[in-house]
Amino acid sequence: MTGEIAAILAMDGIASGAIYVLIGLGLVLIFAVTRVIFVPFGDIAAFTALTLASLETGGRPGTVGLVAVLAVLATAVEATALVRNRAFHRLPRTLLFYLVLPLLPAAAVWFAAGTTFSMPVRIGLALALVLPIAPLLDRIVFRPIADASVLLLLTVAVALHFALSGLGLMFFGPEGVRTKSLTDAVFDVGGLIVNGQTVLILAASIVFCGLLFLYFEFTIQGKALRATAINRIGARLVGIRPTSTGTIAYLLASLLAGISGVLIAPVTTIFYDSGFLLGLKAFVGAIIGAMVSYPVTALGAVMVGLLESYTSFWLSAYKEVLVFSLLIPVLLWRSLSFSGSEEEEAEE
Amino acid sequence: MTRLQFHLVAAVGVLLLALAPALLSPFSITLLNFIGIYALAVLGLVLLSGIGGMLSFGQAAFVGIAAYATAWLTVKAGYSPWIGLVVGVVLTGLVAAVLGAVTLRLGGHFLSLSTIAWGLATYFLFGNVPMLGQYNGISEIPPISIGGHALASSNSIYYLIWIFVIVSLVLSANLLDSREGRAVRALRGGQVMTESLGINPFRVKLITFVIAALLSALSGWLYAHMSRFVSPAPFDVSVGILYLLMAMVGGMGYLSGAIVGAAVVTLLKNSIQDWLPVISPGASGQLEVIVFSVLFILLLQRARAGIVPFALRWLPRVQPAPPRAAGSLEHRQQPERGQPILSVAGATRRFGGLLAVDKVSFEVKAGEILGLIGPNGAGKTTMFNLITGALPLNQGKISFLGQDISHRAQRQIARAGIARTFQHVKLRKTMTLLDTVLLGTYGRTQSGFFAGVLRLDRAEEARAQTEAMRQLQRVGLADRAFELAGNLPLGNQRLLEIARALAADPALLMLDEPAAGLRSGEKADLAHLLEALRAEGLSVLLVEHDMDFVMGLVDRTVVMDFGAKLCEGTPAVVRSDPRVQEAYLGGVA
Repeated sequence: MTGEIAAILAMDGIASGAIYVLIGLGLVLIFAVTRVIFVPFGDIAAFTALTLASLETGGRPGTVGLVAVLAVLATAVEATALVRNRAFHRLPRTLLFYLVLPLLPAAAVWFAAGTTFSMPVRIGLALALVLPIAPLLDRIVFRPIADASVLLLLTVAVALHFALSGLGLMFFGPEGVRTKSLTDAVFDVGGLIVNGQTVLILAASIVFCGLLFLYFEFTIQGKALRATAINRIGARLVGIRPTSTGTIAYLLASLLAGISGVLIAPVTTIFYDSGFLLGLKAFVGAIIGAMVSYPVTALGAVMVGLLESYTSFWLSAYKEVLVFSLLIPVLLWRSLSFSGSEEEEAEE
Repeated sequence: MTRLQFHLVAAVGVLLLALAPALLSPFSITLLNFIGIYALAVLGLVLLSGIGGMLSFGQAAFVGIAAYATAWLTVKAGYSPWIGLVVGVVLTGLVAAVLGAVTLRLGGHFLSLSTIAWGLATYFLFGNVPMLGQYNGISEIPPISIGGHALASSNSIYYLIWIFVIVSLVLSANLLDSREGRAVRALRGGQVMTESLGINPFRVKLITFVIAALLSALSGWLYAHMSRFVSPAPFDVSVGILYLLMAMVGGMGYLSGAIVGAAVVTLLKNSIQDWLPVISPGASGQLEVIVFSVLFILLLQRARAGIVPFALRWLPRVQPAPPRAAGSLEHRQQPERGQPILSVAGATRRFGGLLAVDKVSFEVKAGEILGLIGPNGAGKTTMFNLITGALPLNQGKISFLGQDISHRAQRQIARAGIARTFQHVKLRKTMTLLDTVLLGTYGRTQSGFFAGVLRLDRAEEARAQTEAMRQLQRVGLADRAFELAGNLPLGNQRLLEIARALAADPALLMLDEPAAGLRSGEKADLAHLLEALRAEGLSVLLVEHDMDFVMGLVDRTVVMDFGAKLCEGTPAVVRSDPRVQEAYLGGVA
């Protein structure tokens, strides 16, 4: 391997690592606030890419149908709960938040089918379409069992992933997509050709990490999220509602996943089920950060990207095998540094 | 239902299974074959996840390792399928032993995450190794043949599959009803309790993990030679989830749940394949996945118990086998009365900046009851945990019967002859009282997994049961021996813990607030029991808040306050000590 190839591989690795960073941060955010290890998180990124590709050709993306189904389900679940508690006065609000708001972008895209939008509008629409998916899933699937053990929530999340991949195939079809590149710029850094796309990925990753930091550090809502993550009961006692912080966490995280989907779509061919591996690789990064530390997660995600990039050069067929095998020593290292904290799991 | 009736019902079931090929269509037999093959893997999962509490998403990988091993050996190397069985089982066992040794120290959801990791890694390995045919797999696998007769049709392999299933089921049931099996059942819900009984939870977990993998291996071997073709897809994590679904539908904690769950899900899968094309032509594949995933989520949300426990409520209960009369287990020779058996010298424990126990020294003499008292936060429970090894010492030395136990593991301390109870009762709610107390005899008995599975342990088991019944008698719970521990009121649960501790035949019994939650009559009974034990030469260390209870019972007390020892002596001496009065009542103005 020459120095040049090493540099190119490093660049590739950092670029895919930067994408895992965004997804990994989202995973940590959701886990910290809701204790759900949201396995289908990568699917959100993949669905964004598929939506964007469909908007490019002026089609009606499958996301419209998916969001519609989920919105109706979530509304039904919420309305049943309200009727059961005789809280009829909250029904209009429910309709607004669970039905009307999620369906607005979907309706807009549905009726505008055939028109081609400019790139920024397409990206905005794709993100707006995808954003409600995770919060709606939260309402339907996780909120009824919010107090269950982490293990049970994880099992549900894994099952949910398979449901979503089935739905993905139904709504998006089996074809892979690749969108137009966001920029054609090419830079020459000391004899090394650097793609504009790579620079964009890195820049976006850094900017959103920064924004997330500012949000947590300087806004009251961000602090409420952190408070919920540290101690749910304590947060409740000071008037923070775990359900609403949960929704905010899902929305924010979905935004991160959506952006990573937009960034990855021009670089890799994305299929309806590409999200699983995407999410799991980001997840390896998140585990390195012990599911709590944002900076270590970012570092871990970049490491995964690099590992993947170099192994694809030497042992391309075993890339996946190696990345997932890496998770085991990482888990071990993590469990050693946390010895005792898992003791006394509740008996079910 | 008597046990005889139960055996008759089981025999009728086996007979019906044996007659099935004559009564059912070949297609139904094929379905039954699949049910049997799934049931084997699910049986392992029930043992591992439902009973042992280690939730695995990766069981399909073990099925795959054995299936690929036998496929490669028979197709590429030309060996007999029986060689494939041996190699497949051994290879799977080895892989499981290595994976288990590496990952089973992980707790809770981390362990389950690691099963996803190796499950996926194995799947990608199958898909990329050229020798294993990559994603095309290996085809033209020969059928199994017995004495020159090839089991090529589904009717002929049917018997082999179901013999495997029934034998595995019986052996697994044997296991659960043995010494090591009780340890497996005690794994769920924390290690402190199992360690305190002298059980090595890691070893028990590892062996359970390997047994589950071996059951998967049998399933994989049968699968490869029945379908005559292997490819990576049936061994993916998504199939691992399907196995979990089967286990959950059947009932995670019940061996028979494996067969019920495998049957229900397989039949459901089959009817979905019949109906979905009618409802939605051209979309049946993904609809199947969606239906199963949604079903799984709904089950997890609303009906985690499964079918078997639900059905058991309506079926007559099988009478438990009464304990056989047998000689008792050997008893230890208690040390001579008055001799020091436990000595704590300068024990110190810090939590960050807090000195929870500060250079505490005291002795317990053989045949006495020593009370350890002190106001809330005095460090009594920490002291308790230091002696039993639940917490490591920072400084100081603890010796027991002349041996230094300062840095021994909990289970070694337990084996040395210290038995304990817990302030917050630690029982397994779904175990009977008898089984709970039998757990206490773990350190005094030897039968291993192998003996348990093959019922070579019956003589020792009978003696252990006699001993357990004796201890239950002693605490007044013998007439409820076959009730579930979770159904007892708190006071009785405390007594049950004492019976379990006594079943370990300790030299020193350590009780952490045994009188808490007891009514006054029960307290008097407990005091009588402890006095009787003292008369037999047993030494008791008691942490207790109830002063009437302590002062009327103990020979001496040690008083702790703010982590340090305040004073020690007979109840009368301690009661009149002004420092003790100040610690409890505040200074006299």
